[in-house]
Amino acid sequence: MRLTALIAKRLVRLALVLLCVALVSFGLMMASPIDPIDAYLGPQMAQVSPEQRALIAQRWGFDESAAIQFGHWLRQLVSGDLGWSHVYNQPVSEVIGQRFQRSIILLGSAWLLSALLGFSLGVAAGAKEGSKLDNAISTYAFITASTPAFWLAILAVLLFSVTLGWTPTCCAGPTGILSQEVTLLSRLHHLVLPVTTLALLGIATITLHTRARMLELMRSAVATHAFAQGASRLDVAWRHGLRHASLPAMTLAFASLGELFGGSILIEQVFAYPGLGQATVAAGLRSDVPLLLGIALFTALFVSVGNLIADSLYAVIDPRIQSGGL
Amino acid sequence: MSEAQPRLRAALSLGVTTLLVLGLVASQWLLGDSAQQMQFDARLAPPSLNHWLGTDALGRELWARTLAGLALSFWVGCLAALLSTLIALSLAALATLSPRLDALVSLVIDTLLSVPHLILLMLIAFALGGGTQAVIIAVAITHWPRLARVLRAELLQLRQAPYVLISQALGKSRWFVLHAHLLPHLIPHCLVGALLLFPHAILHEAALTFLGFGLSPSQPAIGVLLAEAMRYLSGGYWWLGVFPGLALLMMVLSFERLSNHLRRAL
Amino acid sequence: MLTIDQLSLQLPVYASWWKREWTTCLDKLSLHFSAGEVHAVVGASGAGKSLLAYAMMGLLPTPARLNGQLYYQGSPLDRPRQRQLRGRELALIPQSLNALDPLVRTQRQVAWAAQRSGQPSKSARHAAQLALDHYQLDARAQQAYAHELSGGMARRVLTAMAHVSQAQLVIADEPSVGLDPHQRQRVLAALRELADQGKTVILITHDLRHALPIADRVTIMRHGKQVETAAASAFQGNGDSLTAVYSQALWQALPDNSFSIRGTRKAQQDIQKEANVA
Repeated sequence: MRLTALIAKRLVRLALVLLCVALVSFGLMMASPIDPIDAYLGPQMAQVSPEQRALIAQRWGFDESAAIQFGHWLRQLVSGDLGWSHVYNQPVSEVIGQRFQRSIILLGSAWLLSALLGFSLGVAAGAKEGSKLDNAISTYAFITASTPAFWLAILAVLLFSVTLGWTPTCCAGPTGILSQEVTLLSRLHHLVLPVTTLALLGIATITLHTRARMLELMRSAVATHAFAQGASRLDVAWRHGLRHASLPAMTLAFASLGELFGGSILIEQVFAYPGLGQATVAAGLRSDVPLLLGIALFTALFVSVGNLIADSLYAVIDPRIQSGGL
Repeated sequence: MSEAQPRLRAALSLGVTTLLVLGLVASQWLLGDSAQQMQFDARLAPPSLNHWLGTDALGRELWARTLAGLALSFWVGCLAALLSTLIALSLAALATLSPRLDALVSLVIDTLLSVPHLILLMLIAFALGGGTQAVIIAVAITHWPRLARVLRAELLQLRQAPYVLISQALGKSRWFVLHAHLLPHLIPHCLVGALLLFPHAILHEAALTFLGFGLSPSQPAIGVLLAEAMRYLSGGYWWLGVFPGLALLMMVLSFERLSNHLRRAL
Repeated sequence: MLTIDQLSLQLPVYASWWKREWTTCLDKLSLHFSAGEVHAVVGASGAGKSLLAYAMMGLLPTPARLNGQLYYQGSPLDRPRQRQLRGRELALIPQSLNALDPLVRTQRQVAWAAQRSGQPSKSARHAAQLALDHYQLDARAQQAYAHELSGGMARRVLTAMAHVSQAQLVIADEPSVGLDPHQRQRVLAALRELADQGKTVILITHDLRHALPIADRVTIMRHGKQVETAAASAFQGNGDSLTAVYSQALWQALPDNSFSIRGTRKAQQDIQKEANVA
């Protein structure tokens, strides 16, 4: 009963936050000095008369006040209409839908990989502080945590695609072939490098966090007591460590969806992978306001649901909170 | 030097980082505009004794451009981290004034944290029309929430601390309470917070510039250098992609180490 | 059974921002614990009682300097042997209730303790069941998490975990803290029972009153030094059979002895003088 109430409360909060995101991003778009009509017209700008411009402005509703425009946009939003993307000449919802389908494979596999590997490495490193394994793993994690995502991607392309020629340099499939005809194997071949690079970055944060939790536990009264019972380090790490580190690791994995998405924007850009990240950059560079707003809202939903799950995990799993003990 | 002497380690990495930064700043003063000088007889030259890190497509020395880029990153990172810390401190202080303001600030924090950093950065840079100023403001606006949370918790705890209550009951002035009780607790938090922000700020600036939303392509920023390198990747001009990123990594690493050590020592 | 010979322990502290110094926490302790006795180690907070326990178990933090020798059943007890004997021959009932894993149910933790003492998992579960029943932990307590247990129950769980290992030497670190008189008696009686089975029980406590009803011998510690070891029977009357002024003062300071310290100021000086001589 307490749990349902808690989750209901969180859902209301989620709606409120999303409304704020809509308000803030709309406000930012309104504040921009870049004229959306100029951006839409591009080089044809010079050939358009002021009357025609006024007509376009009227059709898009730009002659209204910002508040009315916002209300209008919000009403459309609720009815499921995200507007028209002039970069892709498609409804925004379709662009997001198609692109997200491609990105979700990249994001999902990188996410799973980084959560699993990051957790295992963190446990292994934290089990014995100062051991060779710990030093190796924490040095690795410390360095990758400070590495610019796009630089790592550039290095990967240089090494594996250009020098060794193992993987393709770009895109989600071979160029010149319709996307429906690309074989599964070829798709996977194009995915290997982006997924690995994205995962490598995610691993670092989860590893460092899990390691810290493990160290905390290995120094705690629980561990000392277990050692007093004759337990080996492995025993303590396995029986107590896994229990204590898994929940924080899961929480972090869900809470870091935003960072994962940010990383995917950069990596899709380097690998020219036609996913949502690349669309975001295109929308931003070519001032496709409806698409940019749509993506901001969509990713906010994606990230907030992740945060919501992260916040609720403890309440669902940890026995101390379940019975109201903590 | 061992794990048992965190304070010595902190002092050591503080010294090393300070030296690096001083060297960087001095190099910019000494080198002048050599980062922009073109040598048409040495375009895309690989690293050699004459061209330490090689040259780019216009024959500009990569080492000079990398140093200039690092210096740019450093200043942008500094300003952004400073601004971000100020925002965090003032909003945290605001949040402790009344429950309503507290709710408002936490809503703002939740909103900012629910949009991926990079997208928010793009939106803000877009709203400000791009350029160096826009990047600094965008990075400053996106990075304060975590520090603000820490400071808010600290302030709330301090306000209820017995010694503050006693001080107030004794009729000490607000200024005295702030000066004698609050600041000594807050300053270390702010310092470490700003230092922790700094590497993130640099990385996000570089990412934003790399995507084309940040510093203008005419400036030798690390993001610009790497974006240029992208065009020559398949030609095997590896030095263009490797060195600027490596330099950025070194800078970020040295600051990460410093903040880690300081946090452990304080 | 266990003999401590000239045991000293030093730990690092920061004297100033830069200077690290070694502070002496245990100072040339020599003690002997024999089978079948409850040997109480009594001292004020900071006297080094818990450190002594950890030193005997081999569980000291890494930056520690340990000098002197330990002998268990006649042969030297070094770190590898300690590791080998922990849980099998040596058991510790820790002071902190936080030693129970908050994420593991009681029954399972006790079974783990049995397994760690070398019993195969099936008989370990059986032994755990017996131990839990023995310490009157009902089905609800057995299925509970640590935070759902009362202080007394948690203590009994910790005792059960030491009991189930069938160790010959049990060190109980402040088992009577935070318990009401009834619960305290139950926990202390359980320790006496262990000694009566022929095991060695080392009872560490700051409260002489809790130790005396069950102890055979008492060691008084102060500032890491051994002040006196005496039979429990020496603590009677006005404590004249005690040799050290500090132990006499401790004894006389008990409420039952109407706090009759012969001039507190005088006693303080005597204690200081005694410490200086030693």
